[in-house]
Amino acid sequence: MPYYACINGRNFQFNDLKTLLAKASPRRSADEMAGLAANSELERAVAQKLLAEVPLKVFIEQPLIAPEQDEVSRLILDQHDADAFAPIQNLCVGELRDFLLGESWESLAMARALTPEMAAAVSKIMRNQDLIAVARRCPVVTRFRDTLGLPGRLATRLQPNHPLDDPRGIAASTLDGLLYGCGDAVIGINPATDNPENAYRLLNLLDEIIQRHRIPTQSCVLAHVTTSMELMQRGAPVDLVFQSIAGTEAANRSFGVDLGLLQEARDMAAALGRNPHGEHLMYFETGQGSALSADAHHGIDAQTCEARAYAVARQFSPLLVNTVVGFIGPEYLYDGKQIIRAGLEDHFCGKLLGLPMGCDVCYTNHAEADQNDMDNLLTLLGVAGCNFIMGIPGADDIMLAYQSTSFHDSLYLRQVLGLRPAPEFEAWLDGMGIFDGGNRLSDRRNATPLLARFGDFADKQP
Amino acid sequence: MKQDPWHILRRYTQARIAQGRAGCSLPSAALLDFQLAHAAARDAVHQSWDVADFAGRLQAAGLETCILRTRIDSRVEYLQRPDKGRRLQAASAERLQAVVGNGCDVAVIVSNGLSSTAVNSHGLALLAEVVSVLRGRGLALGPICLVADARVAVADEIGALLKARASLILIGERPGLSAADSLGGYLTYGPKIGNTDAQRNCLSNIRSPEGLSCQAAAAKLGYLLTESLRRGVSGIALKDDMPPVLSDQP
Repeated sequence: MPYYACINGRNFQFNDLKTLLAKASPRRSADEMAGLAANSELERAVAQKLLAEVPLKVFIEQPLIAPEQDEVSRLILDQHDADAFAPIQNLCVGELRDFLLGESWESLAMARALTPEMAAAVSKIMRNQDLIAVARRCPVVTRFRDTLGLPGRLATRLQPNHPLDDPRGIAASTLDGLLYGCGDAVIGINPATDNPENAYRLLNLLDEIIQRHRIPTQSCVLAHVTTSMELMQRGAPVDLVFQSIAGTEAANRSFGVDLGLLQEARDMAAALGRNPHGEHLMYFETGQGSALSADAHHGIDAQTCEARAYAVARQFSPLLVNTVVGFIGPEYLYDGKQIIRAGLEDHFCGKLLGLPMGCDVCYTNHAEADQNDMDNLLTLLGVAGCNFIMGIPGADDIMLAYQSTSFHDSLYLRQVLGLRPAPEFEAWLDGMGIFDGGNRLSDRRNATPLLARFGDFADKQP
Repeated sequence: MKQDPWHILRRYTQARIAQGRAGCSLPSAALLDFQLAHAAARDAVHQSWDVADFAGRLQAAGLETCILRTRIDSRVEYLQRPDKGRRLQAASAERLQAVVGNGCDVAVIVSNGLSSTAVNSHGLALLAEVVSVLRGRGLALGPICLVADARVAVADEIGALLKARASLILIGERPGLSAADSLGGYLTYGPKIGNTDAQRNCLSNIRSPEGLSCQAAAAKLGYLLTESLRRGVSGIALKDDMPPVLSDQP
C-alpha cells in the first residue's frame, strides 16, 4: 500500500512499507549504495512523519518479506507474543516512541511484544538521546561463569588476536588484558584461519589459562559454527559457540548457516554442560550492511535488516551479542557520525528485543573516523548501559587490521561513569591484586601471582 | 606515568601490549605513536596518484600503457561507491575496444586502490618484475592498463575488453596501522563482468623489504598465472602449490 504526503506544495509517495522504512532511515552510505535512501533531507523527514503514523499492527499484517520465502520472517511471526502485544496493539510508531519515553513498562514483556521491524521503525524517529534513554531501561542479564549485564556494570571481551595465531603472542595479549581488568564477558579469539586443528589448539590454550588461574570468565574461538560443532564432537573445550548472523534467510545462507544448524549447534553445546547456569551458550556477531553485502537484503534498509538479525539471535538465548559496527567500511557507514548513530541504533534495538547487547566500537582506516569518534560512541554506549565492549591491546587489532577499543578505554569508561566489572570477575581481580577493591587498578598489581606464573607458561609453549 | 614491567612479552607479539598508563589513559608517547601510524594510513587512502607520471616512467622503460578511468569522480565517492569503482567510464571502454587486437594471455592492470602510497612506493618495481617474469614464461601481455580509483573487479571488464585469457590487477590494499604501503595482486581466469571474488586468487602484503618482496611476489604470480592458464581455472579451484625452489627451474 503506498503512502502519500503533500508538504510545502510538493507531493511525496512511498510505494510500500519497506520503502517508507528505508527513506525514513537516518543517512548512511549502505542505503545510498543500495539505492534505497531518501533523495533529500526533506524526503527523509516526510518519510519519518508518515512512518510515525503507521499502526504497529501493520508490521504483523504486512511482513517485509513473504514468510513462505524467508525463514527469518516466519521466525519473527512465530516469536511474536499477542498477549504481550495487547496493551500496545493500538499504538502507531510515533505513539510507541512517546510510550517508551514517557510511560512505565516492563522490559521483558516489551521484548516479547515487539517485532524487529517495530523496533527498527521507532528507532528511525528517535534522536540519539532517545536511543540511549530507552536502552538504559532495558537491562539484559546473562550468566556463564560470571554474571553479565547487571545495571552499573560494564564487561569487556578480551580480544587477543595474533596474525599467525601464535600461542605465546595470544597468551601475552591475554595477560596484558587481564592485568588491565579486561575479559569478563569472554576471552575471544578471531582465528587467522578456520582450520579445525588450529581452533582446537587455541581452545585448549584459553581453557588452560582460565582453569589455571580460576578466572570467572569463558572462552570462545570465533570459528564458523560447523567448525565448532566438529570440535565439540571431538571433545574440545567449547564454552561458547560463535556465529555471525544476519536478518534474512539468504544472508544467513551466505554465511553458511540456517536456523536448524544453529539449533543443532546450541543443542550440542548444551549437552557439554560447561555453563553452570545452563542457558546462555551462544555468542553472535552482527552488523548493519551484512545482508546488502551478501546481495540478500530484499530491498530492505540496512538498519531494519540488522534488527531482523536480532530475531535470529534471541531464538537461541545468547550469552553475548556483539554489533561490529564500524568494521564493514565506509561504503556502508561512511564516517564517525554514521558509525555512532548505527552503534546506538543497534544497541537500542537489541536491548528492546531482549538481547545482551555489546558493541565493537570500531572503524577502519578508510572510514572518515578516528579515535575521537570512538571515544564519543564508547561514552554514549556506557551511558546507554551497553553490556560489553571489546578490549584490544592499544585499540589496534594486528590480525583483523582495524581499530577497536583498548584495555585503557574500558578503564576510562569505568572510571568516568562509575561502572564496575562483572561481580565475580571483580572479586577475582581484587583477589589477584590487580584491582584495589575500589574498582581501580592496584599499585600491587605488578606483584600479582598471575604475572609470576606466566613466565613458565610461555616457556613451555611450542 | 606508570610503566608495565611485562614489557619483555613484546617479543611474542606486535600487539600494543605493556604500554603503561597515565591514570587510566595511554601515556603520551604511546598515544602519539598510534596517531602517527593512523595519519600515515589516512594519507595513504586520501593522497592522489599521479597516473600520467607513472605512465611516463613505464613508457620510458619501453612498456606500452593505456590510461583508463572508472566511473568515480572523487576520492569521497570512491570510498562510498565500490560499484562505480568496478566499472570503466564509457569513453575508456571505447578506447580499449579500439586498441584491442587478437587478444592476449594476460591483461595487466595497475590501480592505487585504497593506498596511493603503496602504488607510488612499490608499483613500478613490482610491475617491472611481473612483466619480466610473465614474458619470461612466454605469455603475451596486453598494454599495461593504469586506472585510478578502481576496485579489484574492474579487472573483469578490462580483461574482457582486451580479450585476455586471464587478468592480473596490482592494487593498493587497505592500509593498516602497521603498514600503509602494501600492494595486492589479484588474478582471475576468464575475466568477464560479474565474476565473483571466489574466482580470484590473491597475493597480499607485497611491500619491499618488510613484507613479500616484489621479486618473490612476481615469481608467485607468474607461477599461479601459468597454472591458471594451463588448467583453465582460478580462485578456490587453484591452489598455491608452487614448489619453494621454483626460481631454480627453467
